[in-house]
Amino acid sequence: MTTQTQSQFFQQLKKYYTFYTGGFIAFVIVLAILEQMGLSPKWIGLIFLGATIALYAGIGIMSKTADVSEYYVAGRRVPAIFNGMATGADWMSAASFIGMAGTLYLAGYDGLAFVMGWTGGYVLVALFLAPYLRKFGQFTIPDFLGSRYGGNLPRTIGVIAAIICSFTYVVAQIYGVGIITARLTGIEFQYGVFLGLAGILVCSFLGGMRAVTWTQVAQYIILIIAYMIPVVWLSMSHTGNPVPQLAYGQVLQQVTQLEKDFNNADTTKGALEASARAAFKAQQESLEAKIAALDEAVAAGTGAAFLEAQRAEAGNPDGFAATTDELKAQWTKAAAGAKGKTGPVSAHATAFAGKGAEANLLKSNPDATAEEIAAAQAEDQKASDIKRRNFIALVLCLMVGTASLPHILMRYYTTPSVREARKSVFWSLFFIFLLYFTAPALAVLVKFEVYSNLVGSSFASLPAWVANWSAVDATLMKIVDINLDGIVQLAEITIGGDLIVLATPEIAGLPYVISGMVAAGGLAAALSTADGLLLTIANALSHDVYYKMIDPKASTVRRLAISKGLLVLVALFAAYTASLKPGDILFLVGAAFSLAASAFFPALVLGVFWKRANYLGAVIGMLAGLGVCMYYMYTTYPFFGGVPANQWFDIAPIAAGIFGMPIGFLGVIVGSLISKAPSVEIQQLVDHVRYPNLEGDIDTRAT
Amino acid sequence: MQLSERHQEYWRKNLRITAVLLAIWFVVTFVVIFFAPQLNEIVIMGFPFAFYMGAQGALIIYVLIIWFYARRMNQLDNEYGVQEGEEQ
Repeated sequence: MTTQTQSQFFQQLKKYYTFYTGGFIAFVIVLAILEQMGLSPKWIGLIFLGATIALYAGIGIMSKTADVSEYYVAGRRVPAIFNGMATGADWMSAASFIGMAGTLYLAGYDGLAFVMGWTGGYVLVALFLAPYLRKFGQFTIPDFLGSRYGGNLPRTIGVIAAIICSFTYVVAQIYGVGIITARLTGIEFQYGVFLGLAGILVCSFLGGMRAVTWTQVAQYIILIIAYMIPVVWLSMSHTGNPVPQLAYGQVLQQVTQLEKDFNNADTTKGALEASARAAFKAQQESLEAKIAALDEAVAAGTGAAFLEAQRAEAGNPDGFAATTDELKAQWTKAAAGAKGKTGPVSAHATAFAGKGAEANLLKSNPDATAEEIAAAQAEDQKASDIKRRNFIALVLCLMVGTASLPHILMRYYTTPSVREARKSVFWSLFFIFLLYFTAPALAVLVKFEVYSNLVGSSFASLPAWVANWSAVDATLMKIVDINLDGIVQLAEITIGGDLIVLATPEIAGLPYVISGMVAAGGLAAALSTADGLLLTIANALSHDVYYKMIDPKASTVRRLAISKGLLVLVALFAAYTASLKPGDILFLVGAAFSLAASAFFPALVLGVFWKRANYLGAVIGMLAGLGVCMYYMYTTYPFFGGVPANQWFDIAPIAAGIFGMPIGFLGVIVGSLISKAPSVEIQQLVDHVRYPNLEGDIDTRAT
Repeated sequence: MQLSERHQEYWRKNLRITAVLLAIWFVVTFVVIFFAPQLNEIVIMGFPFAFYMGAQGALIIYVLIIWFYARRMNQLDNEYGVQEGEEQ
């Protein structure tokens, strides 16, 4: 292997992966033919699951290694373009693959914070971190903190921060694996979690970064094919244009027109919508009246009798509320759901819509005075400003978080040179971009399908995909004829975000094999991210804690054995946590970004760009950034017992990093200035990372 | 080791390129978001402008920024003689 040159290696990789891509396409075609011959969907799902996991495991076994540099950084010979694909898969999680288009479908413009935030962060990676970390050339991010700032404390804080943010993130990924496995094969969620885990472990356990890298490249290829085919097909069949990213401009205009019609009671569509909204309003009011009656009964001490009466009235169904509190919670939720259906449709492309106070006022009181109108306008303006502020804060947190997550930064240690590291960031974003700039198009295309074809169709003959999905999972697709006119109105449809990507093949009229492929793509996205994260955690513990701090004389064999052991332990613990189905997964993911941004970014960037930054600055900056961020989440996020009233400037807890980051920078600067400048050796280290090649330079490469 | 004047100049140029690209990044992201309601009044090929920027325009510019940085810095390494040797 050592005799092989880098360009021979590159040619060989190109050959392997071209062959592999062809093989995957052939595999899908064979399954499609088998489906025509009568293979059942359940078998197609199982074959997809089994074949892809076996494939990843196979790559893992082929890449097994006992070499430290291969295990931690894939031997530092991953060509830019392949590292780009691996980073793409590492980066794009189940949330990107399945959730993104759905978020855009539901939130319109306001959902674009994720699209911009999760791509624009790579600009920061390219400009501030990747080339310098590559020149530094060790194994982990805490390595850099430890060498740059000296002493074990910065390294330890780095390890703790890396574990906190990677662990919250990996739990969310394993959860995703469980859901997809369950959906694909019909086995229980809990078993799905551990089955998926086996796929992750067999790969990273044997070959560390080397196996993870080559598996991630394979996973990227599957996930991008699985994402693109249904969208292109949908675009082709709906607009006649196979490039969805261009075609959807026209579709967006049609959607906007339909939104206007739905909100204008003088049109036929608008009148039907108004009738459905009125029915929901009546439902909401009746529920609120029932809640009031319940409260009264409880206050009078006759709550139990009231509950019994309600149970009898409902016909004693299974799963009826067991206590008055439970009943109240159910009704409150239902009332809120009905209330959500009474308002106008929000326009897809509109940014930071107000709360509609002015429109409501004019509707209820057409003769409102100028002062009343001005007050309502001011209220709308305030709501709109808060939305804009949160949008900006979230975009910044996601971007800086991207540029601080250790599992992403670590990937740039694996390229052969600084030159390749720079190019590799370009390829990374390019491959991520392919999916991210397709998602907004997909959201609009599906929206058009729902607005133009589903709305107005008859309940007696719903499109097949609607009937299928509402039967499978009511949280994804629910449809009720509230005003009993036999015709579907928009207000009567409730769609869960994850439906968009999962149902696209059916909406586009593609065979089941494509649905199976999409699920396999989602699985690839979740597994690849989980792989990278688990490795980051295990490496932080084995390399930074054990080797660098506890036993620097440990032998290679021992270091790898410790690392592999920890990998299994961390994976099992993460899977166990995921199988408990912890609360709000999306919040956990967002929190990981805010935490990483607050803890790492100031110390990493100033470490390269400001020679004066020193030990005390790094310690204060990292602790203060992380501390402020965690404190803000703790006091404002309901899960930890916080209340929204504690918010500063009405910023939601997911964007807590907006406060942690500036404090982090301030901490590094103040801490550095009040203590003496770093030693000559450390200043030389800074020069060393700034120049790809210096004569008479020091060498920091790890072996 | 002592840095020569050439080395200092290389680093200054790097900082300048970084600053300019960061400014572009800032404008296409945050300035556009800040004025999104106003910019959405402009419609090009069916797309309200701010919506298009958020969904696709900014992403394309991000990719181009990184492409340009990699290309320019790799050239600069050669101009200033700080490029890496051939692969070992």
